[in-house]
Amino acid sequence: MAIWFARLSVDRWRLSQGCEAGEAADALPTALITETAHGPRIDAANDAAIAAGAQVGMMLADARTLCPGIRTAPADPAGDLDHLERLALWCQRWGPWSALDPPDGVLVDITAAAHLVGGEVKLLDDVKKAFASRGLQTRCAIAPTAGGAWALAHFGPDRAILDPTEDCLRRLGNLPVAALRLDHDVLTVLRRLGLKRLGDLTAIATGPVDRTEAAARDAFHRRFRNRKSPAANPLVRLDQLLGKVPEPLLPVVPHHAPLVQRRLMEPIRHRSLLDQVLADLAKDMVRELEARGEGARRLELGLWRVDGEVIVRRLELAAATREADHITRLFAGRLDDIKAGFGIETVRLRASWAETLNVSQDDVEEASERHGTSLGACIDRLTVRLGAHAVRRPVPRASHLPEHAQTWQPPLEPEPSSQDTLEFHERPLKILDKPEVMSVLYASPDGLPQRFRWRGQVCEVARVEGPERIAPEWWREKSTARLRDYYRIENTEGQRYWIYRHGIAGDGRGGIPQWYLQGLYA
Amino acid sequence: MTVSVCSSGAKALQDFPVPDCFQSSGVERAAMPRLSARDIAALSKAREGRWRPGLSDQPLHSEIFSSSSDAGGAGLALALARDALQTAVKTANPLAHAEDRRQVLWVQDKGAAQRSGRPYRHGLPTELRDRLIHVQAASPEDTLFALEEGLRCRDLACVIGEISGNPRALDFTASRRLSLAAEKHDVALWLVRLDAGAELSSARMRWRVSSAPSAPARWNAAAPGTPAWKAELFRARSHAPGEWILNNDNGHLRARRTGGPVAAGTQDIGDLVRPTVGRSLAAFARM
Repeated sequence: MAIWFARLSVDRWRLSQGCEAGEAADALPTALITETAHGPRIDAANDAAIAAGAQVGMMLADARTLCPGIRTAPADPAGDLDHLERLALWCQRWGPWSALDPPDGVLVDITAAAHLVGGEVKLLDDVKKAFASRGLQTRCAIAPTAGGAWALAHFGPDRAILDPTEDCLRRLGNLPVAALRLDHDVLTVLRRLGLKRLGDLTAIATGPVDRTEAAARDAFHRRFRNRKSPAANPLVRLDQLLGKVPEPLLPVVPHHAPLVQRRLMEPIRHRSLLDQVLADLAKDMVRELEARGEGARRLELGLWRVDGEVIVRRLELAAATREADHITRLFAGRLDDIKAGFGIETVRLRASWAETLNVSQDDVEEASERHGTSLGACIDRLTVRLGAHAVRRPVPRASHLPEHAQTWQPPLEPEPSSQDTLEFHERPLKILDKPEVMSVLYASPDGLPQRFRWRGQVCEVARVEGPERIAPEWWREKSTARLRDYYRIENTEGQRYWIYRHGIAGDGRGGIPQWYLQGLYA
Repeated sequence: MTVSVCSSGAKALQDFPVPDCFQSSGVERAAMPRLSARDIAALSKAREGRWRPGLSDQPLHSEIFSSSSDAGGAGLALALARDALQTAVKTANPLAHAEDRRQVLWVQDKGAAQRSGRPYRHGLPTELRDRLIHVQAASPEDTLFALEEGLRCRDLACVIGEISGNPRALDFTASRRLSLAAEKHDVALWLVRLDAGAELSSARMRWRVSSAPSAPARWNAAAPGTPAWKAELFRARSHAPGEWILNNDNGHLRARRTGGPVAAGTQDIGDLVRPTVGRSLAAFARM
């Protein structure tokens, strides 16, 4: 079953004004507008405005010339979508699952569910009545496929029912091609080709009669051969409408974030009381999470002050947790800078991201023997105090350049798979954030520095291995990037470094090559 | 302050493992607050024992002083940590996990990361590569907080810290806090002090380390070989001070006294026979 809310945004605006259709504010011509680069454009208009000449998609300035008294209100597409989501959930009263059909439709699966309301005709009447009582204009239709129901709801007679035994094409053949849910440019192409009705398209898609028609069909197939998206390919859409090709829909699933809150008799102004409330909330939240078999990954603490200010503190946890003490302790570190003002009257804790965490049995002996915190709790405490960017794990990355061959990621994330490094590549234990320039005092004829100055001290090279040439990554860098010749060196005191020469003389990518020190060996 | 230090020192003295023959004689040790002359003699003799790699009673809080212009301090800290973990695996009960998959926490303060660089994954020992969690702290207080949190975590194999200079926050109280946390939760701390003076500290072992010329590489005599460090143990609670050349031989820590015989594993024996390097004893006898 497809339900089309024909005037969703106008109905929402009208309901927000609190008036019936055609009365009070709705009696005046009003347009819902969005600001575009070329000025305000009309997104939707009420009946009075349409009667006065305004059209959807028109610029507001054009509409003003037709109807100088037109009133405007801003359109709210995000709010419409949000409302549509709630309507889709509400529609699950007629069927086990429903899917969104943005911007203004809902598809409900009523397979083997119509008899519960007393048949399909009564079901459609019920839908119409239910939405009319909510002040929404609807058109609905029932068909064996989602595409068929959509086409009938938008372009067919109201409350149409397509029986599975009926010939689908004969019934739908007179509908315009726009009933196939196609993009605008595809509709333009079809209009230019002279294909206006679904029946025209079916004849081309299926019925070969003589050679000229077969040639036309081939040309048509070729025209849309590379269009993979169904909305861009009328042939795929047609097959979906006839049920020859499956059309996956994304069902709407309600998700309730665990939420606990305390409304306080007296506004609190002191930290100790707030800590007490927080501890209570954490216990409630743990109970809530335990009942659902989940652990919190992200928590939001909202504090409503008497004077209307809302203070929000967010917390992200490294691993799903269900420990009240841990949550309290982490939040306690974030509450130091809160100004209570005249007092806080409501405290709310919400787990906006929760993951499955099975109940596990505590090991009595183990717990008494070993104390301390778990790894997840330790990471959480470090992250809360030092910031998420401070606690990280080095992971390999596919790059030849040493400084790009390692990146950092949060510590408890799974490691990305990567190719192992070569065993004979001996890399330094530590690498400097930025390679440091060193001045070469004396270089041997084959280009190797014998003596260099780094950080103010002179080093005499005693042993050396190299060069290991690392070419620039041409697929990432500019063509002027220079290659690097890496050497492992050890000076006379035994300090081991990883140095490189940036470029070679005469490579046409800069002047005399510089020497850099990049890594320190153990 | 001094009173508490003395009492804890006495406690440590009592906790010190006394050889069995002395323990049997001192059954009423708890009743007897003072140590007898024999006990003291035994203790001092035991303390004379030289440090060597693979000792089972590894201290849980060590400090390693090194320069920030080489990675010797971090290298030695890793080598000592791996040595301690290997020893712990050997002496652990057979029911324990065969492979140690616990994480290693590496905390650096800002100066240490700037002056001596960050750990590089491809240069780490193979078994630590995917077990390292790096913490970059901005201030010395944050560093100490991170170190202490790491020590309190039961899922960590060990904690490695790098602090540059002598920050005011790291005084005797702070280091004592770290020692107590490490001993309470049984997680070892290896604290590398870069360019720092050896001030008052409660670390159980204190090393001063610099890089030493490495042993020749196997295939290329001109190339740098396996890393070696000149390490001086200048303060230890249960060992006599000394100086060694330490090197990492195939994942195992080897030590030899400076100026002593070259053969590995004979650092405490002395010159009983002439070293038979590269030649079997039989061949030596035939000569």
